[in-house]
Amino acid sequence: MSNVAVSPPASKSRAPLAHPSGDKRFKMLEVFIKRQQQRHDALIEVLHKAQELFGFLDTDLLLFVAHGLRLPPSRVYGVATFYHFFKLKPQGAHTCVVCMGTACYVKGAQQVVEALEQAAHIRAGETTPDGRFSLMTARCIGACGIAPAVVYDAAVAARQTPASAVERVKGWLDHGPR
Amino acid sequence: MVLAELIAIKERELAARKPVVITCCLAAGCLSSAGQAVKEALDQAVKTASLDAEVEVRGVGCMRLCCEGPLVFIDPPGTLYQQVKPEDAASLVGTVRGGTTHVARGEPNHPFFARQMSIVLENSGFMDPERIEAYIARDGYLAVRNVLREMTPAEVVSEITRSGLRGRGGAGYPTGLKWSTVAKTSSAKKYVICNADEGDPGAFMDRSVLESDPHRVLEGMIIAAYAVGADQGYIYVRAEYPLAISRLQTAIRQAKQLGLLGSGVFESPFNFNLDIRIGAGAFVCGEETALMASVEGRRGQPRPRPPFPAESGLFGQPTLINNVETFACVPPILRRGAEWFAAIGTERSKGTKVFALAGKVKHTGLIEVPMGMTLREIVQDMGGGVPDGGQIKAVQTGGPSGGCIPAAHLDTPVDYESLGRLGSIMGSGGMIVMDQQDNMVDVARFFMEFCKDESCGKCVPCRAGTVQMHALLCRLLARQATARDLAKLEELCDLVRNTSLCGLGITAPNPVLSTLRFFRQEYLDLLAPEPWKPATPPAPLPGLG
Repeated sequence: MSNVAVSPPASKSRAPLAHPSGDKRFKMLEVFIKRQQQRHDALIEVLHKAQELFGFLDTDLLLFVAHGLRLPPSRVYGVATFYHFFKLKPQGAHTCVVCMGTACYVKGAQQVVEALEQAAHIRAGETTPDGRFSLMTARCIGACGIAPAVVYDAAVAARQTPASAVERVKGWLDHGPR
Repeated sequence: MVLAELIAIKERELAARKPVVITCCLAAGCLSSAGQAVKEALDQAVKTASLDAEVEVRGVGCMRLCCEGPLVFIDPPGTLYQQVKPEDAASLVGTVRGGTTHVARGEPNHPFFARQMSIVLENSGFMDPERIEAYIARDGYLAVRNVLREMTPAEVVSEITRSGLRGRGGAGYPTGLKWSTVAKTSSAKKYVICNADEGDPGAFMDRSVLESDPHRVLEGMIIAAYAVGADQGYIYVRAEYPLAISRLQTAIRQAKQLGLLGSGVFESPFNFNLDIRIGAGAFVCGEETALMASVEGRRGQPRPRPPFPAESGLFGQPTLINNVETFACVPPILRRGAEWFAAIGTERSKGTKVFALAGKVKHTGLIEVPMGMTLREIVQDMGGGVPDGGQIKAVQTGGPSGGCIPAAHLDTPVDYESLGRLGSIMGSGGMIVMDQQDNMVDVARFFMEFCKDESCGKCVPCRAGTVQMHALLCRLLARQATARDLAKLEELCDLVRNTSLCGLGITAPNPVLSTLRFFRQEYLDLLAPEPWKPATPPAPLPGLG
């Protein structure tokens, strides 16, 4: 499976949306788009899939989706920028999401964010320049019973303090040899 | 699928029950405290002790007391264990044979459990949410069968109307009335949508219901679709709830396999297809017209009503939208009768309500109580009050659309009208307890920041008003505000509330208004002494001079 055939398959009734980069993920996305029978209401579904495959949505990818669903690029861009879940910039290799729901907030999530911002020298919502670490906040992850909660690379951790959060991400921050 | 098969599945399932059942909570709260590892360790321990024939380890939905998770319940003898670690598994399994364990025991008779009344959560914590047979064994899908075979759609609507059920999403619109409006339209194509876009920060009821008992929501939707004459349904779930999404997908697949969804439900002429639509993180999509725009794959922006979705909704067709918990109430009402449901609760708020109890309270987790219970009973008796001897200052209900109820009003019964009179709302059911350390102006700022970020930008009062109100609150907290600023804040609250397009803007001033009403002194204490001459000019309000 290592070598991906870049050459387009022999001419069929309708030429597939071959992407010049030859990236196999475009092929997978195209199959997904086809399965939606080009229904315009599938746009959000398709963007979810695209983000799942690529990690974020760059302009090229959005154009590919617009072409595949036969939608104006403005519509695709409008939807992608409207929803918080869609990322238009690459994320760090590791992510840390601090829940800022009401329960977490009254139990000190703000202090956790501030401690992490200081430790990583970035603001919430940013990625470190070396691309290793992204710090984000969430509206509510629904884990209010164990507040304040922080999600480290998809693993939810309960009852965090500024110290425990900084300790947890220390290895991801560029403070020493890589 | 016919009735005999349904009964056969139930009997097979009940006969397969082993003498001892160890239930292990696998809902979101416990999963984030290593619940899955505990379940696997218990499985392994049962195998090692060769108790396979006697003991069943069952992963179940939410067992309510999230703060003490992971929770494990062994029945018999009916003991609840808290904060279980994977290494405790062997000693827990050992108790089946009369051994001892050092794991902390919970108190199943504590008011937190004893005062609950389970209707929506009746299966939660007892059955495996990923097996349809387990749901059928607890009389699941029986209501659908009876409805399809023995009742006309009009009879179903009238049953729901008589039960007095009101929408559990926040506003409390009578469910029967909504159903009958959609049922009366003559369109050939109608839709049913389940609103599972639980965006309120501090609320996790819908998540727990979907993760613990997904089939119940499906059953409620099938009944609703039959009653209003729809053949296509959508469940709109937040992308932030991956576990709920995967359990719903499993449930839909299983229901299709058994002929409970798709064409010819229960071998009747009634067809119903159900699809999941995954949200993408926009609070405004909880508003019904915005939600429909999102299901259509567009930006989730609301539109003016009328026309109401009941007349012209999704793809321009009549659409019924209800909340997860509303649908979850439907099967028991039809199974046990409208009178039974109407006997619970207060005169105008019937049945029970699920609340997510969190914040500065000893026992955090999920509770279901009859309507009309007082706030004091909920937060003091069930919740155990503030830990470390603190004092309750206020209880926040309804999230960013609700308000803060001060300790002096703790004896208020929890129902739609009483909370409304205090300037708050029932909301979807988040209940956050705050103590003396919490500054109410800061709480108001927190919610205003939320509304400012989540405003979709379509109408000016909400888009610009929330920004200005947030800036004024920040100025207050920086002790740079004058009495004129405070007056301006109150004026803006009034303006935004009366002129915004949708519920988000209309209710956005609520946290400010309710804290101003009950904690005005805190605002006054933050005012800069007048006349105030700034050494450096105050931060300008964006957009204004």
